[in-house]
Amino acid sequence: MALTQDEDDANGATVVVVRDVDYAVRGRPIFRGLSLAAARGAITAIMGPSGTGKTTLLRLITGQLDPDRGDVEVFGEQLATQDRAARYAMRRRMGMLFQNGALLTDLSVFENVAFPVREHARLPERVLRQLVLTKLQAVGLRGAADLMPAQLSGGMARRVALARAIVMDPELLIYDEPFVGLDPISMGVIVRLIQRINRALGITTIVVSHDVGELATIADHSYLLAEGRIVAEGSPRELAAASAPEVRQFMAGEADGPVPFHYPADDYHKELIGGGSLGGES
Amino acid sequence: MIGDALQRVGRVALFLGRILAQCPAAIARPRAIVHQIHNAGARSLIIIMLSGLFVGMVLGLQGYDLLRRFGSESALGVAAALGLLRELGPVVTALLFAGRAGTALASEIGLMRATDQLTAMEMMAVDPVRRVVVPRFLGGVIALPLLVAIFDVVGLFGAQLIGVGVMGVDRGAFWSQTQAAVELRDVAEGLMKSFCFGIACSLVAVYEGFHAEPTAEGVGLATTRTVVVSSVLTLLIDYLLTAAFLGR
Amino acid sequence: MKPQRNLEVSTGLFVALGFAALIFLTTQLPNSGLRIGSEQGYRITAKFDNVGDLKVGSAVSMAGVTVGRVEAIAFDPEDFRARVTLRIDRRFDRIPEDSDASIQTQGLLGGKYVGIAAGGSDVALKDGGRIEFTQSAIVLESLVNKFFANFASKGSTSSEEK
Repeated sequence: MALTQDEDDANGATVVVVRDVDYAVRGRPIFRGLSLAAARGAITAIMGPSGTGKTTLLRLITGQLDPDRGDVEVFGEQLATQDRAARYAMRRRMGMLFQNGALLTDLSVFENVAFPVREHARLPERVLRQLVLTKLQAVGLRGAADLMPAQLSGGMARRVALARAIVMDPELLIYDEPFVGLDPISMGVIVRLIQRINRALGITTIVVSHDVGELATIADHSYLLAEGRIVAEGSPRELAAASAPEVRQFMAGEADGPVPFHYPADDYHKELIGGGSLGGES
Repeated sequence: MIGDALQRVGRVALFLGRILAQCPAAIARPRAIVHQIHNAGARSLIIIMLSGLFVGMVLGLQGYDLLRRFGSESALGVAAALGLLRELGPVVTALLFAGRAGTALASEIGLMRATDQLTAMEMMAVDPVRRVVVPRFLGGVIALPLLVAIFDVVGLFGAQLIGVGVMGVDRGAFWSQTQAAVELRDVAEGLMKSFCFGIACSLVAVYEGFHAEPTAEGVGLATTRTVVVSSVLTLLIDYLLTAAFLGR
Repeated sequence: MKPQRNLEVSTGLFVALGFAALIFLTTQLPNSGLRIGSEQGYRITAKFDNVGDLKVGSAVSMAGVTVGRVEAIAFDPEDFRARVTLRIDRRFDRIPEDSDASIQTQGLLGGKYVGIAAGGSDVALKDGGRIEFTQSAIVLESLVNKFFANFASKGSTSSEEK
């Protein structure tokens, strides 16, 4: 199911389309000719080694950054043509889960989940309470409603953030490294939640992670990001069977390969024995 | 170099514009502002009162020593009151404010930046300037003049404590001369100054916090910069305002 | 909701304190006539040709000891003199009624105060009593003017004395 972007987004089958994007930070290119798409209702995984700009990609998709070249389309709208207000309006239709949850530290768990609702809608307190408790129940943390974020473990904080991300019933849900730093149990919980929310609510889901094993079990379609572009795409099984060396190294977790173990340096023997450049004297 | 400085000033000014534009929306939620007045003001109260007392006592000693040479010890109240109202009250309070409340603001907002809380708000289509920056800015602007007034009063009593209590200046003369010499204009001048300092110190703190690099190092740098920039800015504004007031 | 309440109470306290300080600075400090007086004792009056820059609140002293305060200074339109009301501490209730009051200066440039020199009468001043013998303030300008007028016939109304 090699999903090619241009044909499908006309009929609304794709929610996010990134087309031929270049992006550089202070002259250092992050992306060169990057293209990908996320299909409606599916779980799309974006994988790649650390430092390949996965978070930057999310910022491009959510309109916090603008690409140097190429365009990004969300909900069928070109981001480049949208002003601040239009982007804010667009973000109301999406939810995002940050790496560490990004809960507002001065609000309780309940108030954190209620936050987007209070900001955007005027609901009677009773209705709001029901709504928030329903979402907290969905992530299994209704009992923690009165705790403060500082009292939560990493996994719990992420689940609260998840409840907050879905409280406005978004059409698109984005996860930024949801598995980082979690124990196996919390990890299993998050994996199950991602899947359940996607299936039950039909929310288009994008997951960015370097955790191949976890993603493989839930992703409908995966992209492998390396050196500023997509080096492979397909279902998890297809990626595992791929033969390209950079794909093999990443999927199998090998220390050395196209991504070298050694940071570029002078010849080892020459530097140790020759001694010419040691000490920096002239 | 000069280009960089101008760019920086421009960016701070634009940020101030953004803050002012969001003020009406933030005032609609007074609770957040009350919270920030508490953070900026009530929590600085003890340090402000202690400092005011000591500054006043020093004024009492120094003023007495100086005035005794002219045989006009009873003018001690005037010297202390004018010194506190016009100069020391606003300036010392603003410097303390920058060190106490300013750094707290900058590190709090910087930490929110570093832990993605500000980005998370943007993602929830909530303008973090309105929700986070404006209440803190307004809290500082409201709290500083009140702190200055408290500092002045405590300082005056500190001066009286030394001048009247220890040095034996006549209490009636101390106050009557003060009341005779101090004009409403002097009080207004001090308030004007503290209002300007409040804007400057709060603005620097929220700006530095908001634009901090999202790392532990960046947050530390932002708090340091807050102290340095707001202190220098306070003294610069103080000079300009003093020159303007005396030039009338 | 309890911490929220505590926070609001302490903020309220801070704001109240700040405004109290502001009110003190704006009304009690400058000469605005809104001051609160609280001293006790009895009142006597004295009339002076010139009070100089004697102020309400200035000391009243006898033999160098402060015995009271100037409570009010008013202009009497009938005899064109200044009527000064003195409030004397209750402890000093045996000031002879023929005492005399003069306006004196602390140091060269210091503030004015009222000095009372005791007379010889056995009858003490009572509340509402009046000191008949007074000596006006020595006004520095007029002294200087007189001096210059005598010295050369060229008078100058120079610098303000403070």
